[in-house]
Amino acid sequence: MQVEQISIFIENKSGRLAEVTRILGEAGINIRALSLADTSDFGILRLIVNDREKANNVLKEKGFTVSKTEVVAVEVPDRPGGLSEILLALDRKSINVEYMYAFVERCGENAVIIFRFDETEKAINALLDNGFNVLAGERLYSM
Amino acid sequence: MFNEEFETLPRPALEALQLKRLKAMVERVYSRVPFYRQSLDKAGIKPEQVTSLADLQRLPFTCKQDMRDSYPYGLFAAKMEDIVRIHASSGTTGKPTVVGYTRKDIDTWSELMARSFVAAGAHKGDIIHNSYGYGLFTGGLGAHYGAEKLGASVIPMSGGNTKKQIMIMKDFGSTVLTCTPSYSLYMAEAAREEGIDFKELNLRVGIFGAEPWSDSMRSEIEAKLNLSAIDIYGLSEIMGPGVAIECQEAKQGLHIWEDHFIPEIIDPDSGAVLPPGVKGELVITTITKEGIPLLRYRTRDITSITYEPCVCGRTHARISRMSGRSDDMLIIRGVNVFPSQIESILMGIEGVEPHYLLIVDRKENLDILEVQVEVDENIFSDEVKHLQALSHTIEKEIKDLLGITCKVRLVEPKTIMRSEGKAKRVIDNRTIDS
Repeated sequence: MQVEQISIFIENKSGRLAEVTRILGEAGINIRALSLADTSDFGILRLIVNDREKANNVLKEKGFTVSKTEVVAVEVPDRPGGLSEILLALDRKSINVEYMYAFVERCGENAVIIFRFDETEKAINALLDNGFNVLAGERLYSM
Repeated sequence: MFNEEFETLPRPALEALQLKRLKAMVERVYSRVPFYRQSLDKAGIKPEQVTSLADLQRLPFTCKQDMRDSYPYGLFAAKMEDIVRIHASSGTTGKPTVVGYTRKDIDTWSELMARSFVAAGAHKGDIIHNSYGYGLFTGGLGAHYGAEKLGASVIPMSGGNTKKQIMIMKDFGSTVLTCTPSYSLYMAEAAREEGIDFKELNLRVGIFGAEPWSDSMRSEIEAKLNLSAIDIYGLSEIMGPGVAIECQEAKQGLHIWEDHFIPEIIDPDSGAVLPPGVKGELVITTITKEGIPLLRYRTRDITSITYEPCVCGRTHARISRMSGRSDDMLIIRGVNVFPSQIESILMGIEGVEPHYLLIVDRKENLDILEVQVEVDENIFSDEVKHLQALSHTIEKEIKDLLGITCKVRLVEPKTIMRSEGKAKRVIDNRTIDS
């Protein structure tokens, strides 16, 4: 039920983000979702792409530091309070969200949120127990 | 050993030989080199007044500036027609320093380099891959002649063209590598990119010098290149590589070939000679050189000396590995900082590569030290807090050990310039203004 995200270390200077997207674009890789965490010195670009292996390889070839991380994609009812219900369910189990960001595409009537937890398995179980729909990676990559 | 008789000479015999040679050397420079006649006269010493090794302390120092002032041949003590080789050190400021060798000097150098190869664990039959630069720099030809004297097969690679170096190392079956320690790691990185594992190569011994390096860097090199890494010391003013070498048996300090050089450790400020075990500036007197003999040459290298017997059986004193140079020492907010100290701290933190750069600035009359560290897969995390924790750990360790506050900046791999010779570790922007 986990989704593979690739993370890229980029220095906080002009053109680096453009360089990453250019490399991916030229390799024919489609970005499905992204988030950028930034500090004054560096940023961490997190991506869900349609071809993780290829993205990983082309970026490494160009000298970027890349890592893979397991994240969880959850369908969120697209109405006020939809996200809140999910977060409350997690909080009841004392599960901490490291970070989260929204997916570009919708899944039917619902939005999709990507979560990074410190305890991934426990989080997935809590979500399923509460009747939330956790999306499989293969489904997401091709959405 | 290459020359067991001389390498294991009992200390009394060694010191008697030193005194005999020192006397002859002082005579030689006094009669042949106007600079030394003047400086000895000024110090009020005549050559015949040198009657014991303790008298060495009364002789004046020679500094790099004296060599620059005598540019190019002013300090030569042999006729130009007897000089068979000329080398020069890279002049980082102004003119280079020029050295000349007679036939006998080349023979001596070759022997000392051959002794050094054997001490490091090399022998006849080895294939020595020599990546020290050939040219005015003494490294390439110095190691080359020593390797031939030893009877090994020497590959005169010189520096640069790293891909080809690795191909030749692999195809030619090189067993011994000579280069700078930073270049060895550069090679390891390049080999990895080529998909070549050093474990598949025949390399057994690496002899690294021409820049200070730490014991933690040694572990790194030994692991990555799968060989025994030996520290070698030398400088063109004194001879070139092979002035001192670690023995493979102990790897505890570098034996300095005392039948040709007399080492002293001095306080760089007062010039006073320091006792064994105390860190100070290394001063060397050459006692057999003909081309350009130097009395009490100030190397600016910081080390200490021990005369304790070594497990290898050599009786020659050992100098500790260089902890820096008195002239590349940074003074940051009044604190003395050697780049090698920061390197040791970085290498002690798990996963951190020795690719770093120190940038010193002065803002509002305050020195600012920035330490740039490359982020590779071992330390990268998708979470900001982990990377920030790493920066803070490095900052704290530097603060704890050196007492200075610095800023750690994480940078992308290979943003710090790799040199194929000496690594550039420090950018001191403060000197631009002054």
